[in-house]
Amino acid sequence: MSGGGALAIAGAVRSGERSARDVVEEHLRVIEAAEGDIHAFNLVLADEARAAADEVDRRVAAGEDPGPLAGVPVALKDNLCTRGIPTTCSSRILEGWRPPYDATVVERLRAAGAVAIGKTNLDEFAMGSSTENSAFGPTRNPRDPSRVPGGSSGGSAAAVAAGFAPLALGSDTGGSIRQPAALCGVVGVKPTYGGVSRYGLIAFASSLDQIGPFAATVAEAAVLLEVIGGHDARDSTSIPQPAPAVSAVLDEGVDGLRVGVVRELMDGIDGDVAAHVSRAADALSAAGAKVEEVSVPACVYGLTAYYLIAPAECSSNLARYDGVRYGMRVDADDITAMYGATRAAGFGPEVKRRIMLGTYALSAGYYDAYYGQAQRVRTLLIRDFENAYGDFDALISPTAPTTAFAFGAKTANPMAMYMSDVCTIPSNLAGHPAMSVPFGTGDDGLPVGVQVMADALAEPTMFRVAAALEEAAA
Amino acid sequence: MPDSLSADDVRHVARLARLDVTDEEVELFAGQLAAVLDHASDIEALDTHEVPPTAHPLPLVNVLREDEVTPGVERDEVLAMAPAAEEGRFRVPRILGEAP
Amino acid sequence: MSEREASGAGALDGARYEIVVGLEVHCELRTRTKLFCGCPNSFGDEPNTNICPVCLGLPGSLPVLNRQAVEYAMRIGEALHCQVRPSIFHRKNYFYPDMPKDYQVSQYDEPINVEGWLELPAGKRIGITRAHMEEDTGKSTHMGGAGRIGDATHSLVDYNRAGVPLVEIVSEPDIRSADEARAYVSELRAILVATGASDGKMEEGSLRVDANVSVRPAHSATFGTRCEIKNMNSLRSLGRAIDYEAARQVDVLQAGGRVVQETRHWNEDEGRTSSMRSKEEAYDYRYFPEPDLVPLVPDEAWRESARCALPPMPGERRRALAEAAGTDPASVALLVELDLDGLVVEAVAAGADARIALNRAANEVAADLEGARRLSPASFAKVVSMEAAAKLTATQAKQVLAALLAGESDDPEAIAARRGFEAMDTTALEIVIDEVIAANPEPWERFKGGDPKVAGLFVGQVMKRTKGKADGKAVTSILRERAGGG
Repeated sequence: MSGGGALAIAGAVRSGERSARDVVEEHLRVIEAAEGDIHAFNLVLADEARAAADEVDRRVAAGEDPGPLAGVPVALKDNLCTRGIPTTCSSRILEGWRPPYDATVVERLRAAGAVAIGKTNLDEFAMGSSTENSAFGPTRNPRDPSRVPGGSSGGSAAAVAAGFAPLALGSDTGGSIRQPAALCGVVGVKPTYGGVSRYGLIAFASSLDQIGPFAATVAEAAVLLEVIGGHDARDSTSIPQPAPAVSAVLDEGVDGLRVGVVRELMDGIDGDVAAHVSRAADALSAAGAKVEEVSVPACVYGLTAYYLIAPAECSSNLARYDGVRYGMRVDADDITAMYGATRAAGFGPEVKRRIMLGTYALSAGYYDAYYGQAQRVRTLLIRDFENAYGDFDALISPTAPTTAFAFGAKTANPMAMYMSDVCTIPSNLAGHPAMSVPFGTGDDGLPVGVQVMADALAEPTMFRVAAALEEAAA
Repeated sequence: MPDSLSADDVRHVARLARLDVTDEEVELFAGQLAAVLDHASDIEALDTHEVPPTAHPLPLVNVLREDEVTPGVERDEVLAMAPAAEEGRFRVPRILGEAP
Repeated sequence: MSEREASGAGALDGARYEIVVGLEVHCELRTRTKLFCGCPNSFGDEPNTNICPVCLGLPGSLPVLNRQAVEYAMRIGEALHCQVRPSIFHRKNYFYPDMPKDYQVSQYDEPINVEGWLELPAGKRIGITRAHMEEDTGKSTHMGGAGRIGDATHSLVDYNRAGVPLVEIVSEPDIRSADEARAYVSELRAILVATGASDGKMEEGSLRVDANVSVRPAHSATFGTRCEIKNMNSLRSLGRAIDYEAARQVDVLQAGGRVVQETRHWNEDEGRTSSMRSKEEAYDYRYFPEPDLVPLVPDEAWRESARCALPPMPGERRRALAEAAGTDPASVALLVELDLDGLVVEAVAAGADARIALNRAANEVAADLEGARRLSPASFAKVVSMEAAAKLTATQAKQVLAALLAGESDDPEAIAARRGFEAMDTTALEIVIDEVIAANPEPWERFKGGDPKVAGLFVGQVMKRTKGKADGKAVTSILRERAGGG
C-alpha cells in the first residue's frame, strides 16, 4: 500500500512536505507491479498524471491553494468523459472515440487538485454485476483473484482495494458502486439522485444513474463527495444546492438515531452475510442508536421494476451508437444495413439483451403493462420509504446477497446475475442516497458490506451511521 | 402479456433496435427475455389504478437556461473521429427512405 | 392503383366531393441559441460549425431547456387562444442519420398549448388542436443520382440545424379547400411573425407545412381516409398539392378503389404527389418521458407576461382598420399583411378621408414598402386631406406621395409648392378645354356622336396644356357637359 490515505496525501502535498509528483510515481509503481494480475484499468494515464501532478506542485510552489485533494490520485470509471482521452465504456462500439470535453466531476476533481491516474474497467456500458461483461476482459478481485470484483464499477472498486489509487469514481444505476465496494471491501457511495452532476457520465439509465465515490474509508469518501457534488447548470436534474457537508458530521456518533433493518432485504440472503448485518445492527445499538426491524413492502418489486425501467431507458440512450458520428462502423450498402451490422458487432451480449428487453418493453402495446406499470411501482416504493423515514433516520441491509463469487458462476443465467442487485436497486428507484461500508469478512475470508440508506438529501445522517459501522468493524 | 416470445417477436424487436441478430441469438434472446418478462408478472398483478407513475425521483420543475451562445466544438476535431466525413459533413451510406 | 396523371389534375368535382384538410406547421423559433444547448440558431452557415456535445448527441451530454424558446412557445399559444398548460417532453425513438441521438425530444401527450383557434380574414375559425415544442433535425444532402434520395449513392449530414427549437402547430381538420389552406398558413405566418417567435420565411424552411388531405362525398358526416403530404415549399405549392391530391383521391374512389393511408411526397416540378412508402416496417416510436429533462410548469404570472409581450394580432388589426375606415375586415387584409394599417388608422384619426387613405395606401404606398418606412402618418394624412379638399388632383397627390416615399421631404405642402401644384379653378380649366375642342373639330364630332375612343385624346391634350395640373375627373365631366350629354 502506498503512503497514507487520500487525506494524508493531500495534507502532505498542501504543506509542501511531499510532492504530488512523488505521490503519482509511487502509485504508478504499485500499478506497474500488480495491474497485470488485476486488470483494474482500461487505460493508465501515466504521462497525464505526471503532468497534472507537476501542475499541482507548481501551484503549491507559487503559494496558490492547490485544492482539498491536492496530489491525490483518483481512478475514473471509463464511462466518465475525459477530454482528448479515450472513453470506452468497455465497449468496442466506442473504439477510437476521444471526447471533446470533460465530465463535470472530472473538472471538479482537477479544480480540487486531484490527479486522474487511469480509466477503470467496467461491465460494458455499466450493465452487469461482475465486470465480466467488459469487452476488454474481466477485472479480478484484489482480495481473491479467483473471484469477481462485482460490477459494474469493478475496476474502480478493485483500483482502491489494490492500492492503485486512494480514491475512485464509479457510477451506480442499480448498485454498480455499492455492490463492487462490498465485494472488494471498500466504501462506496451512491448519492441522492441529482446530488452529483451527470454531465459527462455516459448514460445507461438516465433516471437512475448517479456518480459516486469509492474510498478505503468513510472519511475519504466524504471528502470526495463534497468535491464532486453540488449544483451543475449543465444537468437539468441537478439539485440546486451545494453538496451536503458530510465530513463535519462523521464524529457526531449515532446516539439517539433511529435505524431500521429492512426486513424484505434480509430475505434470500446468504446466512453468513445476514449474520453480519445483524451484528452491524447490534453494534449501532451499542453505540446508542435505536435499532428496529422495519418493513418496506414494495422493495420486493424493486428488481422487477428496475429490469423494465433500466433496459427501456438504455434502449433509447444507446440508440446513438449507430456508426454515423463517432466510434466504430461496419460498412454496408445502405444505412439500415450499416446500423444493424455496426450495432451487432459493436455491442456485447448483455448490452444487446438489455436493448432488446427495453425496446420490447417500450414497444406499441406493451408500454402500459411494462414500463408504465414499473413507473407506478416506483411510486409505491417511494411511498413505502416515506413511511419508513417517518419512523427512522436511516435504514440498513446487506449490500449484496453474497460475498464475491467465482468467475462464470452467474454468466449463463441473466436472472441469477440480476439478483446480485436486489438490495441496492430500491435506493436507485427512489432516488435516495445509499452506501456500502465494509463490515468484516465472511466464513470464506471475503469482505462483507453493509448498506446504509437514508432519505433524499440525508447524506449527513447516512455518513454518521456509516462512520459508526466503520468504527465498530475496526 | 405473452408467456413466451416467438422468433418473429424477437426479430421484430431486433429490427426496431437496429440490431442484426443470428438465428442462435434469436433463440437465446427468446428464452432469456421470456424469463425476465415472466418475472415481471409479479408487478403485473399489482393494482395500481390509483398510483401515478414516477418518471423521475426529483420534484424539480422549470429548469431553464438563458438564451445565450456558449462555445461549441471544433468541426475538425469532431469530424476527425467520424467513421467517414466529406466536405465538412458526416458521410453515410445511402438512405432508404425519407424521415418519417 | 393507378396514380393520377399530372396533367389530369384539375378542379375537384366540387358538387359531389368535399376536401377535408388539416395542417401541421413546423415553425422554427427565432431564438439566439438552440433548444437544449448554447449553439447559435443560425441559417446558412458553413456545415457543422454550430455544433457542440449536446446537439451532436455525444455520449454523456445532457439537454438544458432554453427559456426564450419556452417564452415564444407560450406567446404562440396565447396568440392562438390556446390553453397554456404544464407540459413534459418525451423521447420519440427512431433511427435516422440527421437525428444525432436517434430519438427526437418532443412533447407528446402533455403539450404546452392545446385547444385554440385561428380566425381567417374571411371570418371562419379554424381549430388548433395543439402547438407543442420539439427539436429540429439536421440536414442530409443526397449525393449522386441528381440529389434524389432514391438514386443517391451516399448522403452527407450537417447538424447545424439539429436542436433548433420548433413549435409544431396542428390544426383541426376544419379546412375545406386549397384556398382556405393557403389563407390559414398565410394568417398563421402573420401571427407567428407578430409574436416575434418566427421570421416566417418559408423559403428558408423556417416555416414548413405538411397537409393531411382527405375527400368525402358532399354532405357526408364522416371523414375519408387521409394522406399526409410533405415537401411543399411555398403557399403556391401547398395549394397545388392539395388540389392534386384531392383530385387523385376522388379518382381512386370513383374507380371503385380505396384510399390508402400513407405519407406522400409533393414533387413541385412534376406537379404530383407520390407515395413515400419504403421497405421499412411501420414506425413504432416507443415514446417515453425524457428522463434528462424536468416538467415545465408555467405559472399564471409567467403566462401573463407572455400575453403582455404580444402586440395586436392581425385579426385584431383588421378589425381596428375596418372600423376606422368604415369597411369590412376581409377587404383590408392586405394592408394589415403589409403592415400599412397603422398608417391608415392614424391618418383617419387625424381627419383624413378614409376611402382615399385606403386607396392611396393600398396602391401607391404598397408599391414602395421600402419608402413606406419613411412615411410618417402625419404627412400621409396631409396628402390625403389635400386631395380630399381638391387642393391637389389625384395625379398631383400621387406625385406628392411618391416624393414623400422617395424621401425628398416630409412636408407635402412644400413638395406641392415646389412643383407648382395648385388646383386649377374651373373657369381656367373650361377655357383650356374649349381651346382643345376648337383645335380638334373632327374628333369632337365623333366624341359627341358617342365614340368613347376619342375621350382619351381630349383628356390628354388638356393635361398637356395644363402640365398635368388638371384633375382628370373634372376634365371628363366638363367634356360631357360640352357634348351635351351631361
